[in-house]
Amino acid sequence: MRNACALWCLAAVILASCVGRQTEQVVHVAVAANFTEAAKEIAQIFEQQGETRAVLSFGSTGQLFTQITQAAPFEVFLAADQETPRKAVTAGFGLADSVFTYAVGKVVLFSTTLDLTNGEAVLRAGDFEKIAIANPSTAPYGGAAMETMTSLALNAQLTRKIVQGNNITQTFQFVETGNAELGFVALSQVLGRDPKSVWIVPQPLYSPIRQDAVLLKKGSENKAAREFISFLKSPDTIKIIERYGYVGTP
Amino acid sequence: MFVSGEVGSAIRLTLLLASITTIVLLLVGTPLAWWLARSKRPWKEAIATVVSLPLVLPPTVLGFYLLLALGPNGPGGWVAGFFGRRSLAFTFIGLVIGSVFYSMPFVVQPIRNAFEAIGERPLEVAATLRANPWDTFWSVAMPLARPGLITGAVLGFAHTVGEFGVVLMIGGNIPGQTKVLSIAIYDYVESSKWSQAHMLSAGMLVFSFAVILSVTLLEKRLRRPAA
Repeated sequence: MRNACALWCLAAVILASCVGRQTEQVVHVAVAANFTEAAKEIAQIFEQQGETRAVLSFGSTGQLFTQITQAAPFEVFLAADQETPRKAVTAGFGLADSVFTYAVGKVVLFSTTLDLTNGEAVLRAGDFEKIAIANPSTAPYGGAAMETMTSLALNAQLTRKIVQGNNITQTFQFVETGNAELGFVALSQVLGRDPKSVWIVPQPLYSPIRQDAVLLKKGSENKAAREFISFLKSPDTIKIIERYGYVGTP
Repeated sequence: MFVSGEVGSAIRLTLLLASITTIVLLLVGTPLAWWLARSKRPWKEAIATVVSLPLVLPPTVLGFYLLLALGPNGPGGWVAGFFGRRSLAFTFIGLVIGSVFYSMPFVVQPIRNAFEAIGERPLEVAATLRANPWDTFWSVAMPLARPGLITGAVLGFAHTVGEFGVVLMIGGNIPGQTKVLSIAIYDYVESSKWSQAHMLSAGMLVFSFAVILSVTLLEKRLRRPAA
């Protein structure tokens, strides 16, 4: 009897804390993995400025989209391409007039062991066992990596050496742990690294990674979601985004 | 196999991985289970606990440590050096190593139970008939423990087929080498190719049902004293 009583009390406490949480303004944001670090800083400043909390979920753009189609509780979607937010709008999950480009990303080749001062030469020489890219079918940065290799006409030569990370964060981790000698990652992930370990892929080799945001229908009634989007467009935020290696788009 | 291309290669790879893992686990797990069942050393339960850890550890923990251990700075990288490579991650061998750890409790536990169920008596009788320990093991213990061995083998095989998290972390999604069924399904789901995902998932469902059912029926039959 006493045990049952304790259980009820516990349940009541948990329930109360859940309800208590809900009175606080919250916005749920789905963030493409490449934007992880920038998004964390932006969310922190956003929280300091108002009463609103931004809850971030990270994954590859494709994964997040699949989750959105299955009624994930996301209200804002920061993708790593333009196609996916557009798809979200067409499929009836996003608001058409809310789509905008929040950042333009850059692809880099990164290694912890090789000198990448001339990254193209290293790729052509092919003197490595494994090269890591993000899964091109779900991660736009993986698509850009494939595009780069195609532009260099190295596809056939490198296919057998490719290992795929589930998203750009895992791809980075494959290189960071040394399991792959080098890999295509986002510039934002290697800021502050030894310049020799990074080769910024020249723009003509791949099309610019324009990353679009979209307000999702789930968030259309949430004031916090709209606040977060306008905060994302503010000049101060754009400065942060640029500090993380992206081109900002005012 | 009538399925071709990507799906077929994922199925073949998965079956190969599960078969090799099961063989390795029977070779390693049987002596280990025997020792765990027979030894009087007080710290043997610590070893048994280590074997059982994958039951409760998130696959991410195992995957993370494996990634470091298989890499160029770990023992895996040292072994890979003999083959002129730098890492065992992203290789089939790497997956076998991961699967052996991950499926070990499913093989060792039933075999150990079977050995323990034999008790002292049959082994003592064998000894009085001048069977040496090696003889006793092969002609008394092993036949008596057969239900446990079969259960262990089937569960180890099935659990390896169903493995996902560890492979996701150390595999690198290479078709024909590390892209096993569970990863292929994940890939199809995440890239919205649901018809393929449905096909493979339904196959897995039927397979899992068949495995569990047959283990149960098999155990029942083997346990019958008349056998």
